[in-house]
Amino acid sequence: MNRFAELLDLLSYEPGRNNKLRLIADYLRHTEDPDRGWALAALTGTLSFQDAKAGMVRALITERTDPVLFDLSYDYVGDLSETVALMWPASPLPVGERSTPRASGEGVTVQNSLIEPPSPGALARADLSAPGNGCNDPPPTLTTVVETLSTLGKAQLPAQIARWLDTLDETGRWALLKLVTGGLRIGVSARLAKTAAASLGDKAPDEIEILWPGLAPPYLDLFAWLEGRGDKPSSRDPAPFRPPMLAHAVDDTDFAALVAGDYMAEWKWDGIRVQAVSGCDEHGDVVARLYSRTGEDISKSFPDLLESLRLPAAIDGELLIMRENRVQSFNVLQQRLNRKAVTPKLCAEFPAHLRAYDLLAEGDDDLRDLPFAERRKRLEAFIATLNDPRVDLSPLVPFATWRELTAARADPASAGAGADAEAVEGVMLKRRDAAYVPGRPKGPWWKWKRDPMIIDAVLMYAQRGHGKRSSYYSDYTFGVWTKGDNGDELVPVGKAYFGFSDDELLQIDRFVRRNTIDRFGPVREVTHEASQGLVLEVAFEGLQRSTRHKSGIAMRFPRISRLRWDKPPGEADRLETLEKMLSKIEAGRAA
Amino acid sequence: MRPEDILVPTPSGVCCKPGGFHIDPTRPVAKALITHGHSDHARAGHGAVLATQETLDIMRLRYGDGFAGTTQAVRYGETLELNGVRVSFHPAGHVLGSAQILVEKDGMRLVASGDYKDVPDPTCAPFETVQCDVFITEATFGLPVFRHHDAAGEIDKLLHSVALFPERAHLVGAYSLGKAQRVMAMLRGAGYCKPIYLHGAMEKITRYYESRGIDLGTIELVRGAKKSELAGTITICPPSAMGDLWSRRFPDPVAAFASGWMRVRARARQRGITLPLVISDHADWDGLTATIASTGASEVWVTHGQEDALVHWSRAKGLKARPLDIVGYGDEEEADVVAEASEGLSIPSPLAGEGQGGGYDTNSDSNNSPPGRGERTRSEADE
Repeated sequence: MNRFAELLDLLSYEPGRNNKLRLIADYLRHTEDPDRGWALAALTGTLSFQDAKAGMVRALITERTDPVLFDLSYDYVGDLSETVALMWPASPLPVGERSTPRASGEGVTVQNSLIEPPSPGALARADLSAPGNGCNDPPPTLTTVVETLSTLGKAQLPAQIARWLDTLDETGRWALLKLVTGGLRIGVSARLAKTAAASLGDKAPDEIEILWPGLAPPYLDLFAWLEGRGDKPSSRDPAPFRPPMLAHAVDDTDFAALVAGDYMAEWKWDGIRVQAVSGCDEHGDVVARLYSRTGEDISKSFPDLLESLRLPAAIDGELLIMRENRVQSFNVLQQRLNRKAVTPKLCAEFPAHLRAYDLLAEGDDDLRDLPFAERRKRLEAFIATLNDPRVDLSPLVPFATWRELTAARADPASAGAGADAEAVEGVMLKRRDAAYVPGRPKGPWWKWKRDPMIIDAVLMYAQRGHGKRSSYYSDYTFGVWTKGDNGDELVPVGKAYFGFSDDELLQIDRFVRRNTIDRFGPVREVTHEASQGLVLEVAFEGLQRSTRHKSGIAMRFPRISRLRWDKPPGEADRLETLEKMLSKIEAGRAA
Repeated sequence: MRPEDILVPTPSGVCCKPGGFHIDPTRPVAKALITHGHSDHARAGHGAVLATQETLDIMRLRYGDGFAGTTQAVRYGETLELNGVRVSFHPAGHVLGSAQILVEKDGMRLVASGDYKDVPDPTCAPFETVQCDVFITEATFGLPVFRHHDAAGEIDKLLHSVALFPERAHLVGAYSLGKAQRVMAMLRGAGYCKPIYLHGAMEKITRYYESRGIDLGTIELVRGAKKSELAGTITICPPSAMGDLWSRRFPDPVAAFASGWMRVRARARQRGITLPLVISDHADWDGLTATIASTGASEVWVTHGQEDALVHWSRAKGLKARPLDIVGYGDEEEADVVAEASEGLSIPSPLAGEGQGGGYDTNSDSNNSPPGRGERTRSEADE
């Protein structure tokens, strides 16, 4: 548990993806089975046991500490698990007393004498050298914790957790409480953890993704294979993930080399790329799963869609929210994604829908080697047979010349997307003769996004970045003009931290350092007046109303597209411009 | 006789009227007794200063020869008499030369402890418990969430990270006086024998430690080192330098910070620290409470930090306790920006390659200006 706690501790501070990978790989390499397997399960969210509730944790600490000191501490730290981990009494009972209930094999009973922090003097200092905190028991291994939790009854949970907390140090207690209260939330995705595991054997992460549904913690066979001690675990999974094919962004200059007749076009939907797979297990029962494009099993979040995957097949498509036959904006989809619990009410309010654009397998047939045009025919037939309102076909966009496609892309509503045009973020080009190849091969698939919306805004605040950017002011809050009480003033409308080149970053950083007018911790306010300041050209994908922003407007996917050193801030855009853009979008939606 | 007849707490420090002196005054006075060299306790401009030799030397290093009208060095344990008040200095274990000051009159004993810690530190004399009636304590880490444990474990954590990321530089933020040298000495104690790199602002004080017989091994200045040389090395620098232009000369630096504040995760995150090292020169909660108890004092005065919790604890123990509202202690950090600008002359840029990026306004980030409103809380600036 201590090593796992150390890992979680380091990961919780580390912002960089590659460094996180190194930390996880180092842990997996130097930790024994089965502990590392349970750790991998914890990091990938595969563990399941009964969670402890915050109320229970609070009750445990209330029994052991002075309530005034607890309140002062909690107020200072601001996080319950962390406060409890830090102030858990090092040695809750005098050594003589504590051994009695232990010896009789019963749980430690709570006594009134627990109300004190350790008594001053020699005893309190004695634990300095001993990581075990004055408790004689060794701290539990991760394996012990996981195995115990999966069998323990609810009534025994508090006493067991208290016993473990007695034996762990601060970091160990923090990690244990994170583990038992569910959700580590340390910024590590399942994909990242699997990628770290794959690096132990120089394997591609996709190889693990494909095996994953057939594996179970503590993954002894997986580690044996990764370390060259065993065969590759076989995947007998009836509904496996298949690594997806990805597209390159097409550039205007690319078209010269492309022949319109070689390609078919579809709308590029502003949803989530998913793979919907179903198959029959050895008992003949249908197993259906929904995967993200990185292979994470997201079935649990979309039970409403899962029911519709009745026929054995693997569909590549876009997950959308559909209301009254209308595709909803990404903003609406996000509202469903951000919920922890998937309730029937949530499913009714945000009905999940699959818009299919490729068929990778049907029954036992792997279709990936077929040309796209063939697969498309199979897909059309399959969707017709499935005949389910939740799964439909992403329509083709007819065109004979690039000119025609350009027109369609500029106005999807009149080119067949109709009322769903708002959810179109461009077009996809797919070669008729291309097989389905995992990865991002250049040539067969292209994505051609719609032109972004653009405004000129004024830099107002800058914040230092993380990792390699930690000494650079790289996060920018920008604003546009609006009428205030004392004439025109800038109101913040968004924040962007990419889109600029390394050179531009240096220029902006220099500007920020030379034009700081106030500081708030890591944030600097910079000069922003009509005659002095920096104008940023900001590109973004959409607008929506927002009560969280003072301006009442939030941007989707804003980024810095150009620095306008030439432009005086007084000539930057006004809030009215954004409001007009938004009204236009809303009018389009209503039409 | 009441203790207040001997020592009177005032907003600018504790004053001994019968003895005619102040302890660690925050404004210039005729006669000052100084517990240690951190600039919130040791200020320039007093008429006469009484302190340990090390504290006097440190004040001279920081403020120059004219830092006080006259000075007098006192040895640990030596007793002096000032207008019928007996005073003596006893090791506080905080930094080199740090002392608790015992003040005695008519059989009543009061100890002003300054800042202290009760755990081992290879760079200074260990804390000594002094029996007294009134114990004046700091409370920098006066909450039961502050438990600092064995600092050696934190040094191991640093060395493990250095081994794991050999192509990166490790920057360890540490206060210039005391913490920096303690971290270096502990690295040596853990068997680390490669050169340790040092920010120029810490050079003088570090050389002074060495002159007092504290072996810190091979020390190199960062100034002049090539970026590629700094891969896999450890550099000690003032915390404020880590977000500064100065840090750009390092290859993909790992930001570490040696401080008791690192015990609380949000504190580390706010500063963008990825490797927090819980190494403190102040007593933690257990240390504070154990020390109060072992002095035998029946009355506790709490000077700065988290006074509420410690006062509450003391009262629950049946002791008389009161917070003192002394303004101005606990800003070691803000004072810890010695001559950083001189370090920032030629700034290599990790993004644009070495040798570029010169000509920046190097003074702009050295925190010499007052802190921005709001953000910086008092306790944050406290160590």
